[in-house]
Formats: sequence, structure tokens, C-alpha cells
Amino acid sequence: MTGVLDGNIGIALVNILLLAVLFVVAIAIARLRNLFAIVMLSGIYSLVSATWYVVVDAVDVAFTEAAVGAGMSTVVLLGAMLLTSRTAKPDKKFARLGPLLVVIATGVMLIYATVDLPALGDPNSPVNAGVGMQYVQINWADTGIPNVVTSVLGSYRGFDTLGETAVVFLAGLSVALLLGFGERSLAESIRRGGKLPGQGKGAAQEARPEEDAS
Amino acid sequence: MNNDHHVILRVISKMLIPVIVMFAFYTQFHGEYGPGGGFQAGIIFAVGVILYALVFGVPSAMRAVPPVFTRALAAIGVLLYSGVGYWALLQGGNYLEYQALFQEPPGEQKGQHVGIILIELGVLFAVAGAMLTIFYAFAGRVAEIRDKDW
Repeated sequence: MTGVLDGNIGIALVNILLLAVLFVVAIAIARLRNLFAIVMLSGIYSLVSATWYVVVDAVDVAFTEAAVGAGMSTVVLLGAMLLTSRTAKPDKKFARLGPLLVVIATGVMLIYATVDLPALGDPNSPVNAGVGMQYVQINWADTGIPNVVTSVLGSYRGFDTLGETAVVFLAGLSVALLLGFGERSLAESIRRGGKLPGQGKGAAQEARPEEDAS
Repeated sequence: MNNDHHVILRVISKMLIPVIVMFAFYTQFHGEYGPGGGFQAGIIFAVGVILYALVFGVPSAMRAVPPVFTRALAAIGVLLYSGVGYWALLQGGNYLEYQALFQEPPGEQKGQHVGIILIELGVLFAVAGAMLTIFYAFAGRVAEIRDKDW
């Protein structure tokens, strides 16, 4: 893919548009107090950044971001929001001054660091010149799997992926150990004579036959 | 009482949920050829169940996919993944060395394919199970989600 500055106006415009949307959404998240709107906007943020990952040719990352960031974490945040109040407390007048300074300093440092970054897709950049290019060259002969991402994750870096799977498992386990397995609501609904809560008449009738069977 | 004003939501999500689960398996088994793999497929599968829970209520989802099943699924996934590693060990190779699964010389790829399909299944089980466990842990603490709660 050609770099952004190589005169490919279309890609540059798409990049600018998507990053501008990200910027606006981030500002909105920082200013809003309503938690429901914030959770929804963070889902939109993930979706827009997934689109942007597609533009920079990171399709697997985009897929993961769309599934995890936009889907899963939004739902988990909604579930967490139900346990607390719906609006954040308003800040004191100058309470946000310190965080603002930290954010500005970090931003300036990051922008300063981007000056030294290699161009997007530069074949001589350290990422592409080292082991990455080697994987692309030997992958087909080694594994016969067309998608090099899958063979790197599954075969060459199988240990890493095993560790990540264990991390996901441990995350689920520790959340369950901290919050319970969530069977409280099921037990409560059974105690109420099997009537499913939160549903109108039509849906309750739908669910009726299987309960009678049990 | 205004009964079941979510009828459009219910009908549409009933149509969507099978498609979402099908897409999860497509992502799973197409991961060798295109973007995707066990991690994304597990999330998408979990999202299908979560959509059911959001629309039809968490207790109904817990009857369809019980919490004991989700946490067992997560453990089975990790065991399946690490079991492939021990299979390679028993065949005389290194841990997770797929070439050793069928004791093939370099260049033959059956072991690589079988090994990667098995570990991706392990990742699918672990991620889907862990995500549903997390969701149940959060959503299950509230007995009833009323409309005005949103």
C-alpha cells in the first residue's frame, strides 16, 4: 500500500475523515455525564477505529476490534452500568486541570515520537525487515496455510497464543469468582414460580411449554 | 400494562441470532484462508447468546446456555489447546510442535493443519465460555432489567 503522503488523495481523505470522527467521539465521551450515552459512544469509537484498521490494511486487527471493542466490551459495560447509577458525578471546577496537563504532555510526546516512525508499509522498517518478512517467505512451505496471520498465531507463536487463551480463561474465572456465576437471577426467577421476568404476556406464553415439561 | 412492545426487536433478533452463530463458525473454519480465527469466532458466538439474553431476558438465556456449561466450556478450551501440546510431546516432539503430531518430515503439512484446527477450536471454546461467564457474572446480578433502567 502506498503511504499516506505519496499523493493518494482518496486514502488520505478517508484517513482524515475517520480520525476526525474518532476525535469528535472522544471529545463527546469526555464531556458527557450520562453513562449510557458514554457506553454507546465507546462502542461507536471501537467501530470507527475498526474501520480505520481496515483502511491501513490490518484486517485481522479490525475484525478483533469490531468483535471485542464494539460488541463484547459494550455489552459488558452495559451490564456493569446496570449495577451502578446512570450518571457520573459532575466534577469540581478545576479538578480536571491536572489530568488535562498530563494528557497534553503525553500527546506532545507521542506526536514528537511519530516524527521518527517509518512510513506505513515501508519494507525497510524494522517491523517488516526482520522476522516478519521471514514468516511471509517460509510460511507456505512450512505450513501450507494461506493466511499468514493464522499460521504465525497458531504455529510459529503457539506458546503466545496458549498464554493468551489462558489469560482469557483466567479473566473469566476471576470475574466469576469476584461477582458470582450469575445464577442469582436464574434462582430468583425459578423461585417466582418459573415466570420469566422482564417479559410481557406474549413472550411468557412462548416460554411456558418448556417450563411445564420440566 | 403495556405488554410486549418489543415485538419487532424480538422477531428481528430471532432471525439474526442463527445468522450470527453461523457467521461465528464461518469465521472459525475460514480462519486459515482469510481474516478471523478462534478468538473472533468465540466472541461472535458469545455475542449471539448475549443478544438473546438482552432481548429475551438473562434467565431465558441461562436456560438455553447454562452458566455451568459456559465455565466448563472455557476450561475445556484451555485443556484442548494444552492437550495438543502434550500430544506432540507424547509423539516425541517438542511442546506444541505440530510437525511431530504424525511424526512427519519437514514439508508435509497434515500435522500443521490438524494442530492449528484443534488449537483454534480450543481458543473458540475458551473465549466463548469465558466471555459468556463474564457476561453472566455482570448481568446475572440484576434479577430483572426493566425498560426504565436504560
